[in-house]
Amino acid sequence: MSIQFGNPDRPNSYIGKTVPRPNARRLVQGRGVYVDDIVLPRMAHVVFVRSPFAHAKINRIDAEEAMSVKGVLRVFTGKDIAEVCTPWVAVLAHLKGLKSPPEHAIAVDRACWVGEPVAAVVATSRAAAEDGAALIDVDYEQLDPVADMMSALDPQTPVLHPDMGDNLAFERQHEQGDVEEAFRTAHKVVSARFVTGRHTGVTLEPRSILVDWNPAEEQMTAWHATQAPHMIQTVLAKHLDLPESRVRVICEDVGGSYGIKVHVYPDEVATAAIAKIMKRPMKFIADRLESFSSDIHARDHEIEAKIAVGEDGKILAMDVDDWTAIGAYSVYPRTSAIEGNQVVNLCGGPYDFANYRAKTTVVFQNKTPTCQYRAVGHPIAVAITEGLVDMAAAELGMDPVEIRRRNMFKDDAYPVTSPANMRFEGLSHHASLDKLLELMDYEALRSEQAELRKKGIHRGIGIASFIELTNPSPFMYGIGGARISAQDGCTVRMDPDGSVVALSGVTEQGQGTEAMLSQVVAEGLGVSPARVRIITGDTQVTPYGGGTWASRGAGIGGEAALQAARALRDSILEVAAAMLQADQTKLDIRDGAIVDAASGEARMPLEELGRIVYFRGDTLPKGLPRELVQTRHYITSDYPFAFTNGVQASYLEVDTQTGIVRLLKHWCVEDCGRVINPLLVDEQIRGGIVQGLGGALFEEIHYDADGQLLNGSMADYLVPMAAEMPDMIIGHVETPTQESLLGAKGAGEAGTAGSPAAVMNAINDALRPMGAQVTEMPFTPERILRALGSLKD
Amino acid sequence: MKASAGGYARASSLRDALEMLAASDGSGRVLAGGQSLIAAMNLRLSAGDFLIDISRVGELAGVSETADSLRIGALTPHAEIGRNPLIRHHATLLSQAVEFIAHAAIRNRGTIGGALAHADPAAEFPACVLALGATLHVEGLNGTRDIRAEDFFQDIFETAIEDGEILTGLSVPKAGADERQVIEEVARRSGDYALAGVCLVKRTGGHRVSLFSVGPKPILAKNAMAALDRGDVEGAVEALKAEIDPPSDTQASAAYRRHLAGVLLRRAAARIEGGNA
Amino acid sequence: MNEMFRDKIDISLTVNGEPVEGRVPAGQHLVDFLRGALGLTGAHASCEHGVCGACTIKVNGEAVRGCLMLAAQADGADIWTVEGLSDQGTIKDLQDAFVARNALQCGFCTPGMLVAIDELLGKEGVPSRAEIREHLSGNYCRCTGYEAIVDAVETVARARAQKGAA
Ligand SMILES: Cc1cc2nc3c(=O)[nH]c(=O)nc-3n(C[C@H](O)[C@H](O)[C@H](O)COP(=O)(O)OP(=O)(O)OC[C@H]3O[C@@H](n4cnc5c(N)ncnc54)[C@H](O)[C@@H]3O)c2cc1C
Ligand code: FES
Ligand code: FES
Repeated sequence: MSIQFGNPDRPNSYIGKTVPRPNARRLVQGRGVYVDDIVLPRMAHVVFVRSPFAHAKINRIDAEEAMSVKGVLRVFTGKDIAEVCTPWVAVLAHLKGLKSPPEHAIAVDRACWVGEPVAAVVATSRAAAEDGAALIDVDYEQLDPVADMMSALDPQTPVLHPDMGDNLAFERQHEQGDVEEAFRTAHKVVSARFVTGRHTGVTLEPRSILVDWNPAEEQMTAWHATQAPHMIQTVLAKHLDLPESRVRVICEDVGGSYGIKVHVYPDEVATAAIAKIMKRPMKFIADRLESFSSDIHARDHEIEAKIAVGEDGKILAMDVDDWTAIGAYSVYPRTSAIEGNQVVNLCGGPYDFANYRAKTTVVFQNKTPTCQYRAVGHPIAVAITEGLVDMAAAELGMDPVEIRRRNMFKDDAYPVTSPANMRFEGLSHHASLDKLLELMDYEALRSEQAELRKKGIHRGIGIASFIELTNPSPFMYGIGGARISAQDGCTVRMDPDGSVVALSGVTEQGQGTEAMLSQVVAEGLGVSPARVRIITGDTQVTPYGGGTWASRGAGIGGEAALQAARALRDSILEVAAAMLQADQTKLDIRDGAIVDAASGEARMPLEELGRIVYFRGDTLPKGLPRELVQTRHYITSDYPFAFTNGVQASYLEVDTQTGIVRLLKHWCVEDCGRVINPLLVDEQIRGGIVQGLGGALFEEIHYDADGQLLNGSMADYLVPMAAEMPDMIIGHVETPTQESLLGAKGAGEAGTAGSPAAVMNAINDALRPMGAQVTEMPFTPERILRALGSLKD
Repeated sequence: MKASAGGYARASSLRDALEMLAASDGSGRVLAGGQSLIAAMNLRLSAGDFLIDISRVGELAGVSETADSLRIGALTPHAEIGRNPLIRHHATLLSQAVEFIAHAAIRNRGTIGGALAHADPAAEFPACVLALGATLHVEGLNGTRDIRAEDFFQDIFETAIEDGEILTGLSVPKAGADERQVIEEVARRSGDYALAGVCLVKRTGGHRVSLFSVGPKPILAKNAMAALDRGDVEGAVEALKAEIDPPSDTQASAAYRRHLAGVLLRRAAARIEGGNA
Repeated sequence: MNEMFRDKIDISLTVNGEPVEGRVPAGQHLVDFLRGALGLTGAHASCEHGVCGACTIKVNGEAVRGCLMLAAQADGADIWTVEGLSDQGTIKDLQDAFVARNALQCGFCTPGMLVAIDELLGKEGVPSRAEIREHLSGNYCRCTGYEAIVDAVETVARARAQKGAA
């Protein structure tokens, strides 16, 4: 039996409604439980000594002075940890040619980036451990660093990992159609060089882990701020040589993740190793300074790209040459080749054209490793594509809206395969664009812009269409050999009083997973969401699953929950039918009671059914199944990914004397399939947009030519703050996926995917009459003035 | 990171604080609002200091007036500077500046004396007191000294305060009836230290222009002042650009800072002429 | 050094209306004392250099950065954290508005935000959206994009003004 989502008056219609988040009330009272809030008996603190050099040989580590600090218990070097913890190699078989050397939890004889852990100091307090760490004397011998990306493969550049042969980590080229011919014969060819800044996630809660090892039970328990508890369980078990069943990862409240907390970090694994060696609880909370040098970085790309268009504005071809540098190691276990790979997969995404070539070149360098961060690769691909499309429109004298209308896949064209070989089940580019134009009143905005221009006020309107990859199947990681689960599970149980507990493998990072799951279970079962208690983030009790990444929580975790709830509903109705001597198909569960499906007449509260099943089972027919608990797992199988689409617009003003950009307003229309909770989706999108705006205007990690990190604090790595951010109007088009009953795709990354391109196009729209253009993010005031030619030196 | 302090002592009077400072053999450090010092300690840029907490020395806080000047105690918090009626009336440059300084919670504790003694070249107050022609008062066990703002700021984070001395306050001349004071700055985000900033005071005796975040210390742009006195704004902008030697860092290049200084002076001059100050 | 200076300081203060005593290391900041010694984990430490606002607490009636004040300086102070404000019920309308508007996601910034907003709402009049944004310019939130927070503050400010007028 399927759910009549189209009918708002259907019984138990919780899916599609805004219901409050069950955990929000706790968090506003300061009753959250983040890892640093947990204190265990005999707990000690670990602090890492980190390399001050981009590349250096470690000759000797002298811990004598550090050991004399009051409270310092022990000092560990890379060799000490290597005795209990095996190194890892982050490659995936399906990313052909990807290479990376073994990486240790603590560097053994060579440090490869500023911030790599080279020793660990354990003390009874964080302060004492820091005092100790300051006294560790490391004898470094500096080695030549590889700092620059574009010259990393030059013969005169030193090879960072001699065992790897060269500095090339990964390379992929995709070609479709006859690109050369299309460019040769095109009406117009426009080319540009794009640069995206090096970013990091800056989760407000720093990376945190607390690990307890109980040697008597041979049990490890890790309280971890992570998006993927089961993956961490697997990794700790594997590298510390424990059975998975003896590793329990608990993830209570997490203070922001955005991809930062889905990776395996050497210092976190080292903390677990140290807990095991010292047989006592060990806490590691990264401080803000080490976050900047040890959390993964992302999006350091340089791209040469061109587009060929016909006189009618039709896109004839795109050619993209993308370069990125990933730091010294590919990050475990997802690898660091995915971002470049995504650029190849996603460029040109919304458009129906024939000839496409894209290449990504991924090199090693002596900097903090890069890896997947919210909207992996999307902001880059969208900036390239939408930047080129706007430039082509300007070249043709065509309105940016018109050129998009002429090229986007028609809304009835699906299923289709893109020139990048991505398969789209159903998208709504045209409907979304129409809705966006209506929301923003495009025409009125254009006339306002023209009026103000006469007064010397330079405003710009920028539009960016995009596709977003969500609900990944094992094609993303599993087929390459990574033990990363694409499936997810949910167990739904009815307790004697008719209340419901659901245990899910997806996790809550604040995006509202628990609210979403409570709605889905409530609707699937027929109780109110308030009666459903959701449990996530504990590998010992929840079904095995992938957790939170690639916008999969609702689409995959939600579907598993729906199916489990429907299965439990069937079990309940089977018992009810026996108790009421009724036909099971004529009964339903509504608002916590068994009712007559046709009339809605109440037959029995669930509480009564619970009482009988749990306490008076003797009164039920012998042999009647009485499991009031059901588990279902779900995996996508028809498509490797569920693509979503959307379009954003930015309206802003450029102060052409100072170069300062003021964001006036932002719009986004998104099609994430079935919307389960409109408020939660909107806020995911808003948060995502602002994260993208940060990358577009403010955020940038700076290194000097020797690989020295130059801005490692919140005073000089500029995150977006309230005063500079605009109000955002969000709209939806719903094209549910047919693959699941629920029909939900992901929504968590769409905002971030499209906003940088929208801002870039808006700035360039404002600057165009002055003949200026910017393509290097972040668009700092200085870069804008340089584009305008206002600065001579 | 966690701060490491050598020790802590709370002064109950100025005398008490000066004695502690003398007893600390050069490793004593005055702690006022802590909004720069504790941040630096947490970053371990400063470790092992013996902290002399003056934050409760009542005699160092507050604003009073004489016939032609205001006396502002070193411990007067930024927030109070922003709302104090005497300052709003007689030295509006300071109250305007407060809106650019950090954020509400920091302005509640940060003190004007701390900001002046800290002498961050990007800070607003040092440039303000320079433009206003204020006098700074310091006191040691051997007595008091009055230092002209021009002579007070010496280099990055360096002032004329000597070992054993504490900044007790400052005196600011009251604005004349037709005096105009404006501050203009560009920061990347609200409350960030400025990329460049300009204070402009127009009084009967002539213009005074000071700049911040364009060099190792706030500077008085004398040639620009002379040009403004002649009524030549463009000449002042050119003179100003030649008078400064700004640094380059990850936030902005020297060229951009120099350009901004010119834009800001033009804007400040326009505001003054437009009566918008 | 000499006996004027102490590396451990005895303090006695009031926290959330209750008298508290402690002996604190000279360099310990107030948030670590509240979180560690008192188990008041509502205020968070995130940057510890004054930029993010996650540690914002109320000291003697004013919002301050808990990471930029030493515990030693809190001797005699009257301190309120989100736990106390919640129990007392003074910001219940604000908390309700946060929940209703989903003005929090991970919630890590929320306790600091609430204290900062409490100070703004204590002032005369209904602040404009721009004033709300400006007042919160020192409180970082990576999750929400701020708009929902601004909405919640605006709603409460209006409601309180109406109640005051009625
Ligand atoms: C996130 C953030 C943003 C900020 N943004 C700005 C900004 O935009 N503009 C700006 O101007 N400031 C800014 N500040 C700094 C703030 O204004 C500080 O309050 C101020 O610089 C120092 O004042 P304080 O009273 O806190 O001094 P403290 O931090 O206590 O002391 C600073 C220094 O001055 C010395 N000192 C203090 N008082 C005296 C005295 N009376 N006599 C002798 N020495 C003394 C101390 O020994 C110490 O070396 C910011 C701070 C933060 C944390
Ligand atoms: S922790 Fe205090 S401001 Fe960030
Ligand atoms: S809700 Fe996560 S940082 Fe604000």
